[in-house]
Formats: sequence, structure tokens, C-alpha cells
Amino acid sequence: MKLAYFPGCSLKGLGRAYEESLLPVMKHLGVELVELDDWNCCGATAYMAVDEVKACVLAARNLALAEKTGQQQLMAPCAACYLVLNKAKHYFHDYPAIKKTMDHALAAIGLKYDGDTAVRHPLDVLLTDVGLEAVRQKVVRPLKGLKVAPYYGCQIVRPYATFDDQYNPTAMDKLLEALGATVVRYPLKTKCCGGSLTGTVPAAGMRMVYILLNEARKRGADCLATVCPLCQFNLDAYHAKVASQYGPVRVPTVYFTQLMGLAFGLPEKELGLNRSAIRLDWRPEPVPTPASKEAVTA
Amino acid sequence: MEIKRTIKLESDRVPGFGRDLMKVPGCEKLEGCIQCGTCSGVCPLSIYMDYTPRQVMALARADFKNEVLRSHTIWLCASCYACTVECPQEIRITDIMYELKQRALREGVYVRRFPIPVLAREFSEMVRKHGRITELVLVIRLFLKTDWLGALGNWRLGLDLMRTGRFTLWTERIRHKGDVDRMLAAIDAGNGKHP
Repeated sequence: MKLAYFPGCSLKGLGRAYEESLLPVMKHLGVELVELDDWNCCGATAYMAVDEVKACVLAARNLALAEKTGQQQLMAPCAACYLVLNKAKHYFHDYPAIKKTMDHALAAIGLKYDGDTAVRHPLDVLLTDVGLEAVRQKVVRPLKGLKVAPYYGCQIVRPYATFDDQYNPTAMDKLLEALGATVVRYPLKTKCCGGSLTGTVPAAGMRMVYILLNEARKRGADCLATVCPLCQFNLDAYHAKVASQYGPVRVPTVYFTQLMGLAFGLPEKELGLNRSAIRLDWRPEPVPTPASKEAVTA
Repeated sequence: MEIKRTIKLESDRVPGFGRDLMKVPGCEKLEGCIQCGTCSGVCPLSIYMDYTPRQVMALARADFKNEVLRSHTIWLCASCYACTVECPQEIRITDIMYELKQRALREGVYVRRFPIPVLAREFSEMVRKHGRITELVLVIRLFLKTDWLGALGNWRLGLDLMRTGRFTLWTERIRHKGDVDRMLAAIDAGNGKHP
């Protein structure tokens, strides 16, 4: 299976551990990702606040570039990119006036968008195309004993739920179970992490981060698994600040792809685990070597 | 003690504001708001807002333009879309908040020295110039423009980023930088709404 790949700015910046772990994991499962040549920023939430139509046009350039490569599917791992690219596609189909503006602006740079590119999240591809059975077959170091709180954040299932339930998404729960982990019931799985408010209005942002971390702690989670670079950053980088206001709550936050890499027995240095401020120290049992297997059977 | 009236008067309205707003893509269903308050209930930020989302819906529909455009509410909205998916009337509240933010920026009436609108501006400017965002450079620019002393309070975060190999100030950019300018210019030229 082959898809065009839209990394987005975060996966080249603060969220680089997401890309570092996503690429080897997908390769291991036989999913070929071809990075979209000369992609531009999706616009995220900030550009929407300045000019929604322009934001949609910026996103549409990426959709048009993907179509031009002949790839009808574009993988967007970042939650914000995933939402914005989908939103641009929806607006293209739903509002003729916006479609006209998009056509016009793209024509100015010699591009055309037909509205076909499917925007796919890795979780969607893993569950729908790859299949959990194929994932299970690749597990050589089951995450036995690791208690994980699955945290989806906002923008994967809201407002455009395509591959999972809007109120209680379970794609990552199923995936983590396939890896052998214990999934902790985590009712805050789609509650907002605060987004950029951690930087702009810390009083509000720190409280939101605290609530999420503390709930995971109360439920006995060893770590939170996330699908979004901003969620990961917020839940990881502000531990000291949160602790100074609310008392210590130490829960590492990792990308689900990092846990997949551990379970697949991929080299740890490929997974970006050392990129976190609060590191996950837990490791699965090592892959049994032929010698150790003999020892067990003897 | 300053005596202030606490109710809105007919004369505070800007007639036509609500009608005009409801013509914008995504804002059409505001008309049907039943003031149930579900949006305010599910909003994780309503406890910090000057007007709750429900109040903003009522004020916007009833033409109280100045109240909504000057509110903190529209900037505190983190676009989590919880209200949008819960609204029994299928009002796209998040998109209405976006439209109100755009109008506040265009008319320059947003709360002064409030970092969120500054972030939106700096972000879009960086996209226009480079086609991509370099997060750290963006954050540093934001602090310099709003609260440079506050930046010093984040020294520990900066150290963590260095320790984990994520502290880079190298600006990411696209090869066809002219593309963004040409697209934005084409929109401005072709659309009366965006001069």
C-alpha cells in the first residue's frame, strides 16, 4: 500500500518524535509513505482566525499537489493538519463560492484540485487497510503489563468523524490492545488539552493539562498515548509548571507509534523516545533469542 | 466605586450585524439557536470567558456587534469543536467563533495586548513569508511582542528542548515561496470581501 504523506510543520519541529516513530512503523507494516514534495503549512487553527477562505486555499494547495502525484490518498498524522485538510475538502464540496475562490487561486500557481484526495489519519489506515491482525502478527515484544490511557484529543474525531465515533473513539484502544497493552478507561479521551493556550493564557492552559494528567494518574496509567503533536507537547513539556501550581503529577506521554515500535521490536533509537521531557522508562520483555527459547523448553 | 449598567440597551445594537453574519459559510444555522446552553456546558474554557458561548450566540444574533467582537470569549475558544458536535440545532459554533475572530482582527477591535490575536497574526505572517511554521521562532516572536519578561519564566522549558534535541531556530521554508503570495494575491483580486 502506498500513500502520499503530509508531515506538517510540527512533525519537522517540536513533534519530530512522531515522524521518527511513524516512518519505521509504517515501513515495517508494508505501508509506503511518499512525502509530498514542497508541501506548505496547513494553516492550523491560527490561520482560520485570520482568514478562513485563505486558510482553506493554503490547505487546498497540498490537496492539489497530492492529486498531481497521482496519489488519491494523503496521510496526515497531525490532528490539526488532518482537520484542516478535511475542512478544506468539505468547504470545496459544500460551498460553491469557496470552491470558485480555491479554483481561481490554485490556477494562479498552475494547480488544480478536483476534490478527490482522501485525507487519512494513520489510525484510520492501520485499522481499515492494514488491519489489526496484521499488526498483531508483527508484535514480537508484547506490551504486557503496560497500562495506557488512550488520549485522542479534539480534532481527530471532531467535527468530521470519518473512521471513528465522535463521542467515544476506540481505534487507538483496539490498536493498543493488539500490541498487548492494558487499556485504562479514560473518560477524558477527547477533552481538549488547551492547544496553544498553554503559551498564551497559562492560567487556563495549565489547569487543562493538569486535569488530563491527574485523571490518567488516578486511573493508574503508566503513560498516556496520543495522536497529536500539540497534545504530546502540552502534556509532556509543562510538567514542572503544572507541578508548581497543583502538586506533582508525573505521567509520561508518548505517541501511539512509539508504542507500536517498541512492540514490533524496532531499534529504540529510531523511535524518538529520548525526545520527551518526561521519558517512559518502562520496556517490554526483550525478544526471546533462540538460546533463551531452548532454555525455556528444556 | 464606578456605577455601570448591567443590561444591554436597544441603542447598543448594530442593526444588520446578525443577518450579515448568518450569510457566512458555516454560520447559517445561528438563526435556530434555542439558548439551551449545551455549548457553554461542554466548553472546557467557558469558566474563563466574559460571555459564555450561549451568550455570544444570543448577542451575535441580536446585533450586539461591539460586545461580541470585543469579548475575550472568541479568543479563548481553542477550536476543540465540542460545542459544534453537541449542539442540538447543529449550529457550527466553532466556525462562528472563527468568523467573529476574523471580524475583530479586520476591524482592529480585539482586546489589546492579549497574546492570542497576536499569535494568529504572527502565525499567518510566517506562513505568508516562508510557507511553513517554525514553532520555536513563532513562540519567541510572540513573547517579544506581548510579554518578553514572561519568556524568561520559561527557561526550564527551553533547557528541556535543548536536552531532547528539539531546540532549533533554523527557519523551515518551502521551495516555491512565490506560490503562497500568488495564491493570496489572486484571492484578494478576485474577491470583494477580501480586499
